Order: sequence, then C-alpha cells, then structure tokens
Amino acid sequence: MSGRHFLPLTDAERSAMLKRIGADSVDDLFLDVPAAVRFQGEMQLPPALSELEAAGHLHSLAARNKNLRDCASFLGAGVYDHFIPSMVRHVTGRSEFYTAYTPYQAEMSQGVLQAIFEYQTMICQLTGMEAANASLYDGATALAEGAVMACAVTGRSKVLVSRGVSPFYRAVLQNYFQARGLQTEELPCRDGQTDRDAVEKAVGGDVAALIQQRPNFFGLLEEMDGVADLLHKQGALLVLSVDPLSLPLVQAPAEYGTDIVTGEGQGMGNPPSFGGPLLGFFATREKYIRRMPGRIAGETVDHDGGRGFVLTLQTREQHIRRERATSNICSNQALNALAAAVYLAAMGPAGMREVALLCLQKAAYAREKIAALDGYRITFPGVYFKEFTVSLPEAARTLNRRLLSQNILGGFDLSKYYPELGEAALFCVTETRTRAEIDTLVQALEGWS
Amino acid sequence: MKWEVREGLLYTPKHEWIKQDGSEVTSGITDYAQDMLKDIVYVELPELGRVVKAGESVAVIESVKAVSDAYSPVDGVIKAVNELLLDQPELLNQDPYGAGWIVKVEIAAGYVNPDLMDMKAYITLLEREEES
Amino acid sequence: MRKEKTLLFEMGSPGRRGCSLPDCDVPEKPLDDLLPARLRRRQPLDLPELSEGELIRHYTALSRRNHGVDSGFYPLGSCTMKYNPKINEDIAVLPGFAYLHPCQDDCTVQGALELLYRAEAGLKEVTGMDRITFQPVAGAQGELTGLMLIQAYHRARNEERRKVLIPDSAHGTNPASAAMSGFEVVQIPSDARGLVDLEKLKEALGPDTAALMLTNPNTLGLFEADIMEIAAAVHEVGGLLYYDGANLNAVMGFARPGDMGFDVVHLNLHKTFATPHGGGGPGSGVVGVKERLVPYLPLPLVEKGEQGYYFNYDLPLSIGKVHGFHGNFGVVVKAYTYMCMMGAAGLKQASADAVLNANYLMRRLKKNYALTHDRPCKHEFVLSAVDQKKQGVAAGDIAKALLDYGFHPPTVYFPLIVEEALMVEPTETESMETLDRFAEAMEEIARLVKEDPARVTGAPYTTPVGRLDEVRAVRQLRVRWTPESE
Repeated sequence: MSGRHFLPLTDAERSAMLKRIGADSVDDLFLDVPAAVRFQGEMQLPPALSELEAAGHLHSLAARNKNLRDCASFLGAGVYDHFIPSMVRHVTGRSEFYTAYTPYQAEMSQGVLQAIFEYQTMICQLTGMEAANASLYDGATALAEGAVMACAVTGRSKVLVSRGVSPFYRAVLQNYFQARGLQTEELPCRDGQTDRDAVEKAVGGDVAALIQQRPNFFGLLEEMDGVADLLHKQGALLVLSVDPLSLPLVQAPAEYGTDIVTGEGQGMGNPPSFGGPLLGFFATREKYIRRMPGRIAGETVDHDGGRGFVLTLQTREQHIRRERATSNICSNQALNALAAAVYLAAMGPAGMREVALLCLQKAAYAREKIAALDGYRITFPGVYFKEFTVSLPEAARTLNRRLLSQNILGGFDLSKYYPELGEAALFCVTETRTRAEIDTLVQALEGWS
Repeated sequence: MKWEVREGLLYTPKHEWIKQDGSEVTSGITDYAQDMLKDIVYVELPELGRVVKAGESVAVIESVKAVSDAYSPVDGVIKAVNELLLDQPELLNQDPYGAGWIVKVEIAAGYVNPDLMDMKAYITLLEREEES
Repeated sequence: MRKEKTLLFEMGSPGRRGCSLPDCDVPEKPLDDLLPARLRRRQPLDLPELSEGELIRHYTALSRRNHGVDSGFYPLGSCTMKYNPKINEDIAVLPGFAYLHPCQDDCTVQGALELLYRAEAGLKEVTGMDRITFQPVAGAQGELTGLMLIQAYHRARNEERRKVLIPDSAHGTNPASAAMSGFEVVQIPSDARGLVDLEKLKEALGPDTAALMLTNPNTLGLFEADIMEIAAAVHEVGGLLYYDGANLNAVMGFARPGDMGFDVVHLNLHKTFATPHGGGGPGSGVVGVKERLVPYLPLPLVEKGEQGYYFNYDLPLSIGKVHGFHGNFGVVVKAYTYMCMMGAAGLKQASADAVLNANYLMRRLKKNYALTHDRPCKHEFVLSAVDQKKQGVAAGDIAKALLDYGFHPPTVYFPLIVEEALMVEPTETESMETLDRFAEAMEEIARLVKEDPARVTGAPYTTPVGRLDEVRAVRQLRVRWTPESE
C-alpha cells in the first residue's frame, strides 16, 4: 500500500482504536452502507507510485508540453504571459497561507484577512471603484456574475452584450443567463467597436445593463464617452470587463461612469496554468455592495479596541441566505488574489505604469511591422493596448502550424468565433516579448506572405 | 419574563406587533423577536405604494449571521416605511415598539383580520417559548 | 503580546520600488501617438511603494498571523482539511504545466491532455461515473454545472421540470446553486435518524421534480442507508439524482455514487484529493455524469485519438461553457499527483482511517458534549453544545476557546438542523496523539464551562487579535483603506 507517508496510523494503533470504539474491524464502521452498494473488490487504478516515481511520471508529462518559456508566444485572448516577480511565489508558497481554509475564524486568520483587505483596496485603486470583493473564479464568471447582479439591482431581466466581448465570456454569460431564465441580446460591432447606434436603439426600460469589454476582444480601446449617461437615463447599468494591466495608463472605469467592473486578474502575478487557476476580480459602487457576490473582508476592532479584520456582510452569501443568496459562490480564488496583491505591491505605481508602457510600445512596434508586410492588414482602425487583430493572407491554423516549427506560438485564430472577419488572428505582445522575438515573428510571417 | 410586551397592541405568532389606527396599521417586531435576532445590522424596506397580502414578506432584517423576514399583518398598501432604520437598524433592538416600527399599511377594503393575539395570549405564547 | 499589523498603505515611501523591469528595447513612439490624452487615466494610481525586502517582511508577518493545516489540527467539518503533500506543489509549478497557454495547439500540450485523460479515468473509477468535465472550478460551480446538465436533459425531452429537492441538512450552496439555475427549491426534512425522511420525500416527488440533491454521507456524517430506495423513487417520477461530493472522503473504495444510482456527481478535489484550499481557493469542482448526460457536458472534452490526445468541441447538445477555459488545471495536476501516489488501496485506506479517526474522537467527546445522533459515523460527526449553552456558553464560544490551544475549531452552527452544532472532521492524516490532545482540550473547555464560563466567553486570549466585533464590521462598513480612515 502506498501513500503511507500521508497516513500516520499504524496497524497497531488502528487495532487499539477499533477496540476502544468497540468495533472488531473497520468494516464494522461501514455496516450502514447497504450491501447492494458496497463496492466489491479493488478499484481499477494504476499501481501506486512512490514520491520519486510519481515525480518522474509527472515530469515526463510536463516535458511533453511546449511551454511558454521554451518558445515565443503571441497568444493572449484572456490569458497572458506577464512577468511575475520571484517574490510572489515565495509569499504564496508560505503554507500558513496556502494550507488555510476560508478565514471564517477571524482571530486565527488575520494574515489572509488583512491580505484580502489590502487586495480589495488595490483593486479599488486600480479601477477607481468604491468596493471590491475577495475574488471570483475568472474573468468570464466575474462578468456573468456582474450581469446577473445588474439584473438584481435594476429588477430587470435582459442585458445587452457587445459582440466585442470575448466569445468565451459570452458563452459563460449565455449559460448563466439561460439557466435562470434571463435574456441576453447581442449587439453588433462596427469597425471592431460596439455599434453605438445599436446601443441607442436597444437600450430601453427593460434593459438591466450593457456589457462591454475594454480593451475589447479585438484589442481595441472603445470610446466610452457618453455611454454610461445613455444607460443611466434609462435606469440601466454599465458593466465592464477590463484588463487590469491597462489601467495604469488607460482611464479608470470609474472615470466614465461604470457601475460594475470585472476582469481577469491572472496577469497580475499568476502564471497561465493552461487557463486555470485564474482570478476574477469584481468592483462596484458602495451603494450596490449588498448585491455584490463573493466574500468581502472588512475592518473592525477587537474587544481591546485594536484593529482587526473579519469577513463581513456574510448574510449575502449562500451559507446564510441559501436560495436567496447573491450567488452560490463559496470557494473562490483567494490564493490567486493574494498573488495579485503581492504583484501590485511589488510593482507599485511606477512599475505598473512601466509594464503598461512596455506592452503598449512593443505591441505598437509589432503591429507596425506586421502591417507593413504584403498580404497582412490590421483589421480595424483605432487605439490598441497589447493585443491587435490582423487579417491574414491564409488560414491562421496553417500559419500557426508553420510558426510553431520556428518555435513561435502565433496569434489566436479568430475565424471560428468571428467568421465575418475571414482569416484573422489576434496577436498579443506583452512586456515579456523581446524585440528579437518580435522581429523573428515578423520575418517568419513575411516568409509566407 | 424577560421580554417586554405592551398593552394595546395585537400580536402575530411570528412575533410581530400591530397597532391599528382606523384603516391603517403600524407594525414592527416584538422585544422577543429582536432578542432572538441579536444585534440587527441591516433592514431592507419595501417600496411605498406596494400592494401586499397578509403574511407576505415586506421587510428583510439582518443580524450578522442571520436573515429573517418581517411579514405584512394585513392585506393592503404600504403607506409609510421607517427610513430611520436604514441608517440606524439598531433602533429595532433598542426600541422595538417605538422608534423601531417598520411599516404602516393601509388596510384593504373589506379585509377582516384573522386570529391575532392580544397581550395576554401573546404572553402565554412567550412563556411556553421560555420553558422550552 | 498583541500588536496591530500595519497595512501596506501605511508603510514605505514615495519613490521606493519592489521590482525591476527591462528597458524598452523597441523604438519608442510618443505616448500621444499610441494613446490619445482623452483615453488616458486621470486619477493618480495610488499603490504602495516599498522595497522587495520590506514587502517580504510584511507578508511574512501576515503569514504568522494565520493558521493553516501545516500549522496544526484543522478539524473543520465538511471541509476535509487533510494534509496537502508538498510534492504536489512542486509539480504544479513546473513550467511544463504552469506556463501553458489554454489556446495552444493540441499537438503542443500532449502531456497536459494526457494528464487530464488519466485523471478522468481515475476519477471515473473512484466515482463509478461515465465521464468527467474538469471545467467547474469549485464545488458550488460543480453544483451549478450539474444542475444545468439536468436542466438540459429534461429540456431535451421537452420537459420543463421546475423543482429541485434538497434535504434540510444540505450545504447552503445546494439551494443557492438551484436558485441560480432557475429552479424552485423544495426542502425535505430529516427524520429522527438524521437521514432523509423517506415518506416526506415521496410526498414531495412528482412530475415536476427535476432532481434530488444529496450528500452521502450527509452533513451529520451519516450514510443515507435508504439510498437505493431513494434513488428508485426519484427515478420513478423521471427525476435525476445529484451527488454533492463534499463528503466523498468517507467512502472511497467502500461505495461509489455511480453504484448508488446517482446521475451527476461533483467532487471537491481540494477536499478529497488533498489539494490545498489556499485560504479560500482555488479549488476544483469537477463533475462526473452517467452516459445519458454525457451529450450535454461543457465544451470541450478530452479524447484520445490516433494522432494523440485532443480537445473535442464537437458536442452539438453541450450546455456550452461554465469557465473561460479548461477549469482549474493547476489544481487537477495536484490531485492527479496525489492519486498516483495513493493508488486504489491507498485511497481506500484513507477513507477507512478518516472514518476510524472520526469514530474514535466521537466516542470520546460524546461524554462531554451532546451527540444528537449517537451511532457510528462516517468521516465526521456533529456535537451539540446545548448543555454548555445552559451555562451561557455557545458553540461559537467553544470555537474561540479552542484557538488558545492552537487548534482550528470545528465548523460551528452547521448543519442547521442541530442546535449549537459543532461539526468535527478529523481526516485520515491526523495521528492518534493529535486526536487525544484535541479531545483533552475539548474536555478542559467543557470543565471550564462549568467552573468559569466567563473564561470561555472571553476567549481567545493568545491570538494576534482578541475577539473581533463583527457587528461593528457591518454597521460601520469599511472594506478598503482610504487615507481618511487612518
């Protein structure tokens, strides 16, 4: 029997304990399991491995993947290869943090609670909003929860969703809405941006919110002037998904009247991990805080008047309100939020701005070089941040297979999700890409134009 | 008995009190109810003009780790809500029969109140609670 | 001893920094050309300014104000706080797993796909289900996904079944998930045994029943002995059976939800399969289903073909997606590593020891604390502090008193059907000595309740902060630091 190093009881102890209980064997403790459902024989699982063998097996599986450190990646589309300071892992690797449960016993969990409080504060500073939660699962579910919350706040059951929102996010949103009988209406894009005329036409007294992404899935920073006013006049809310790494440079969502801000926080201190664990962040106005899903850490005092932190407004949550809770969320992405907090604190205002500038400049450099190639075209005019859409001379899939042979992961193939664009791909350039890598990409693309 | 009960009010089995004044009733929760709920931290009030049925939830009362409803005692229309409670929910603990009133309801025409308890009957109910 | 910890925002100095970044290696353009002024941020970005060393000290200090499984016993009922093997952490951060992009070509991630494929095979065997989706990232999301599948199944048969039946002992996530997927919740009472009241269940069943959600063993730690009859009754009216896998740690190798008649199962890999809880997450709430629900599973599924492993998106009846990508892959890596090391016999022994530890502790503690359902339990049991309450000491006070012994307290006030509940789940990774020390602490507290109750209601005394004012935290809500709040 393997796994013994995790099981402290010895056979002698097991016998002694059984005796103390008054049972002859462990089977006596399972007498309430009816014979009809008692599992017979042994489960068919591969033979147990020692730690050494398990490590060998897992290393060999890991080695059969091409990881982002082994190649130059221009993939984005919601998960990003941003630099992570070494200290982030050292902090999240402290087992007082990572082996803890949810901090329900506040006096024993001040570390996690204060870290969440600091995380919430920094999310508010980034977005300009007044209240943030302790995290949701990912950018997609955070946006879906934001849309659901907008329905709860307004008492309406329909949201408008721009086609410029990530197709993955729209799929999750659609699913959340369909299940509970809420409606979504997709709004078209014109030149890669949410069609403002369509918004004006669609907004009415039955609309809970407009859902947009910024930068949107094509990488464009849409014009937001007047959008919130248009919505608020009809009693509807503006719900956004934003890239937090853009916010040191780009307008904070609060500056243009956003009511609920969500987004994917993976880029702040968390590796891509094949798409999970990610980090959904969520912020809103103070007046809507009781409708907000997820946990919230709050400041208070102990009986000596000393500052301390607790989970607050818990009556919103499933363990108290059950079927009337704001959401069913229980486990969240606390450790990823901790990583984001350490990341934000390590980068500071200057570092955050530098990362954003590096993304902006490098992406612009790549964009200009690619645009100059025969057969390639930047699909939409407008202002981009770190991603941009390119119309290709041939199928993205074919192109990417060839780029792979040069150890390059090409852009995200848009053809499946946006057939109206023809052959197009979404390229992402973060601060981790070097000029040499970009030049190699451009040369490789040129070779087949 | 450790809970206050006031004369001149009517009581529901759900520990709410009612004061009738012509065609209007004022209602709130009893001293017993506030004691069970402990520190009340938030109250959600209904919109004015809402048409309600007797027994329908009209307000939500929250303590730190519990949520409970306050129900309309009669069929009718919400005429007034105690907005003071929004900022000072602790009034429900401090003065449940006075400053902690919750709603006033205009009774629907023709509505006849079913079995509400008077003070004596309610005290009997509470005494039974206290024993168990 | 007690000392407040400064916040990040109260430390540091303007101009200090905690990171180093490369210079820009491409020709720079004027900012106005790339980002017009009207789109630029106007408000200052007020983040902390600290050196790396200061930050490490800050977080080290915070970590010392926190208790994890590595710090000590953590018998939190329903949460399965077992030891988290260290090797799992090393494996999950290998660049070959941590630095994979979810949109990479299948041919570049064969190792990751094989891992998912093998993990699925293992979880299918443990649960007795036919297919697994890894997309749900938490137990509650597994529930939501499972209910969406059930909804899709009924709708495909042109049936709009509105009701989901849930026992009154269920986790709060069950009714919350049912509501989120648009169902009406019908609560089924427990009987004197602490099990589902079969008669009441049968009365509630009907043509509008979409599903029954059940945790087995239930939250009292008791096995639903009538499970076959329950399953037959639910299936009889065309409903489906949902298994909340929060308590699977009790029965691995002894019984499988698939053999009990369940149609949908979610597992909490962060409980049963030893992945750490991270101070609240990330977890993984993978969902297993029987054949008839396979067509509705979220996109994509992992398949093995002639060219190797691949993501299959060709599921026309799929409910779509519940996560942006493939779920919490990093957590699955840890759970798979654990499974590899345990094997079939190891997993069965884990359940056997979890149940043995729980019964051993229950036997001893029931002398001092009321046990409302006194018979052999599975992996956890529920005590009641009703006797202590008569002395003015509540379950919550006992929990706080335990903090001074260095133990994380049991779950308190849950399940809701037990008054003053203390729900204890020791798990299999605790030694007999630890159980004995915990029992001694509980006994000493029981003694104190009789002799000096004020001592207990004033606890804790040795933690970094004293008992915290939760009422004030709501009434004077403060959920972020602001310069004025100093």
